[in-house]
Amino acid sequence: MQNKVLVIGSGGAGLVAALNAHEAGADVTVLTKDYPTRAQTSMAQGGINAVLKHSQNDSVEAHIANTLKSAHGIASEEEVKKLCTEAVDAVEWLDNIGVQFSRTKDGKIAHRRLGGASGDRACYAQDYTGLKILHTLYDQVISKNIEIINDRFLLDIITKQNKVEGVSVLNKRSGEVEVYSANAVVLATGGYARIYDKHSTNAVGTSGDGIAAAIRAGARVSDMEFVQFHPTALKNSSILISESARGAGGHLLNSKSERFVDELLPRDEVARAIHEEMQKGEDIFLDIRHLGEEFIDEELPQERKLAKLYENVDPVYDLIPIKPVAHYTMGGIEVDKNSQTKVEGLFACGECANHRVHGANRLGGNSLLELVVFGREAGVSAADYAKNISVDASVDKIESNNILDEINTYTNDINFYEARTALGDMFYKNVGISRDKKSLQESLKTIKDYISKLHLMGVKDKSKIYNTNLIEFLEFKNMLELSRLVLKGALDREESRGAHYRSDFPNENEAYAKHTIVDINGVVAS
Amino acid sequence: MNIKIKRDELVEYNVSELKGATLLETLNYIKTKIDPTLTYSSGCRSSVCGSCAVRVNEKEVLACSYKVQEGDVIEPLKNVEVIRDLVVNMDKAYEFNAKSKAWINKSASTPDVTQENEKLNEVQSDCILCASCYSACPVYAVNPEFKGPFSLTRVYKYVSDVRDSDAKEKIDVIQTNGIWDCTLCNECTMVCPQDISSKADIEKLRMKSTQYGYMDPNFGSFDGGLDFL
Ligand SMILES: Cc1cc2nc3c(=O)[nH]c(=O)nc-3n(C[C@H](O)[C@H](O)[C@H](O)COP(=O)(O)OP(=O)(O)OC[C@H]3O[C@@H](n4cnc5c(N)ncnc54)[C@H](O)[C@@H]3O)c2cc1C
Ligand code: SF4
Ligand code: SF4
Ligand code: FES
Repeated sequence: MQNKVLVIGSGGAGLVAALNAHEAGADVTVLTKDYPTRAQTSMAQGGINAVLKHSQNDSVEAHIANTLKSAHGIASEEEVKKLCTEAVDAVEWLDNIGVQFSRTKDGKIAHRRLGGASGDRACYAQDYTGLKILHTLYDQVISKNIEIINDRFLLDIITKQNKVEGVSVLNKRSGEVEVYSANAVVLATGGYARIYDKHSTNAVGTSGDGIAAAIRAGARVSDMEFVQFHPTALKNSSILISESARGAGGHLLNSKSERFVDELLPRDEVARAIHEEMQKGEDIFLDIRHLGEEFIDEELPQERKLAKLYENVDPVYDLIPIKPVAHYTMGGIEVDKNSQTKVEGLFACGECANHRVHGANRLGGNSLLELVVFGREAGVSAADYAKNISVDASVDKIESNNILDEINTYTNDINFYEARTALGDMFYKNVGISRDKKSLQESLKTIKDYISKLHLMGVKDKSKIYNTNLIEFLEFKNMLELSRLVLKGALDREESRGAHYRSDFPNENEAYAKHTIVDINGVVAS
Repeated sequence: MNIKIKRDELVEYNVSELKGATLLETLNYIKTKIDPTLTYSSGCRSSVCGSCAVRVNEKEVLACSYKVQEGDVIEPLKNVEVIRDLVVNMDKAYEFNAKSKAWINKSASTPDVTQENEKLNEVQSDCILCASCYSACPVYAVNPEFKGPFSLTRVYKYVSDVRDSDAKEKIDVIQTNGIWDCTLCNECTMVCPQDISSKADIEKLRMKSTQYGYMDPNFGSFDGGLDFL
């Protein structure tokens, strides 16, 4: 077999990788657990950062400086430079393939400001930026006739002597395990913020499946303790109200209608300020009434719709009740300069990877950018690698079958959905915006307890056909595995840095200005 | 409060515990607390990923934006194969995007898009591919190969884009099983959660087609009918 590149996941990162691997001459197949346009990337609202040629009072240097500052000392300067320098090209490419960016009066791509940025540099398509980017990428993928296979859930990455040979997936429609062999595999399966269950802005399937599979296959992950909390999610549903609402001049108010924080500080600082107010018993609101109906309908139409639908308030006339919830996971699979993991031929990009550009706190608008810049790098690297390597096309699927057979023997003494809810509640309380040794240790104990009881939390639905009960169990199992790593990292890091705030160690400590790297056997380096 | 869900047969569920819940929240409640075998799709839970379209009392809605009411009858989308309960197979429906060549043909140098250009197809590019329109369209009963509302809206999106260099190619492919098969019944517009009117886009594509020298084939057959007299 030659040149076969499999891309797992069809969000922005996966589709960019697929397009680039294809262009670099590989025979590409995309596997996804749902359908391409349904990925979480569709939910991104605020924008994608790039200092374009017509940008005023802004520079690539400022973009780099802001990103590094927000990362609190644990980003790679080299990678951040790559990210910010290639941003112009990334956005121009998106423009070329048809993304409907909002425009200025003189026909240039419009910019707006997001938190932590010294200039207006988020390019946006109203507040449907992710939706329009993802759909345009999808249209390009079908134009190139790249094969996409839907409804396939990644179980495991198949390796031999630390070299990738393919993947095993569960065909959701038939219930059968299938094996796809490949010369190279690109993981683009998204983050793990659904560990926080209902206290997260994320789409339901954001359970870190690819990261868990990568560790099982011998890859390393890093910085898992860094989870970003977004300051403004709707109070009842955790649905995001974009940062662009604050960027445009929205205010944060407490119950006494007082402002209490500079709304444009980076997310970690704003989220902590809100958290402190809430600890005092305050309710917190986002106020954009003064922006006016016309502006809101033009620039923030989705925000108005979401607030009306999910919180029963109209932001043109009412305050929007909000709370901070888990939003983005900075940690992920360790990759080298070519986006390759510790497993040969296994590449990663997007939120599941850690390219060391976000460090301890991601800047709004840098994630969509990362999908394009590193999606391209991963796609090209995988294609290059695939050209020069041959693999056995008859890899076997015994192991993944074993896992499913084993799960089949689990009893139903405990409803795992209840455990999933409890895990989310516990993480929000104990491993959230503020943590301390006691709360973390307690949580670790609970996680270990859950893991030891998994065999009592089996799957009730025994059907082979589209068994979402089984899929959700597999996701829950992955989340438990990752929870442990988040806790391990958070316990070891006895300091506060960016999104990781330890109330028992409230200061940044130079001794910890490094990455927490973990493999299947535990902490490798920190 | 009781609702009925079409599975192998209609099954009634008591969801009195929920107040003012969306249909998706209700389905989640049933799945996690009453019956884990209930099968449906969801993703963003905020009306933007297009995963959760179903029919409630015979009208297409997004489960995550519809507020449940007493006696609602929930069914899967039409015109697509049901895999299980409310989950349908979208492969064939999505293939019409490829068959309609709904993508940009990049020009050598991309012209600047003005604010007016962008407004021309801003609404069309809000499509979330939920397939509500596809389910509501009556043409599939007679022509399963109809390229259909969302694909044609996508074609309109690209042919109206100044960055596209080959509108003709797309106009060519939508002549058969495309724009002329539409009955202009407007059902697609009525159910679109993103306020897109595929019917209006199809009418605009018909106008564009005549500019490219195509004619309404239905007139042809009508003439044939007159010959008969
Ligand atoms: C509400 C919201 C708003 C945001 N707004 C912005 C913004 O304005 N700007 C910005 O820069 N960033 C934003 N972000 C962050 C950004 O959207 C995400 O980080 C980014 O979209 C992640 O893209 P991805 O391609 O890595 O993963 P995803 O888009 O999450 O895609 C993951 C893909 O992997 C597939 N997959 C997962 N597990 C499996 C499995 N087991 N088997 C097979 N396939 C699998 C999924 O089906 C999916 O196709 C926002 C995030 C959220 C939640
Ligand atoms: S046009 Fe509207 S109804 Fe049809 S798929 Fe798109 S969003 Fe859904
Ligand atoms: S207007 Fe045309 S595309 Fe829309 S539902 Fe009616 S027949 Fe189908
Ligand atoms: S869950 Fe995404 S549209 Fe309903």
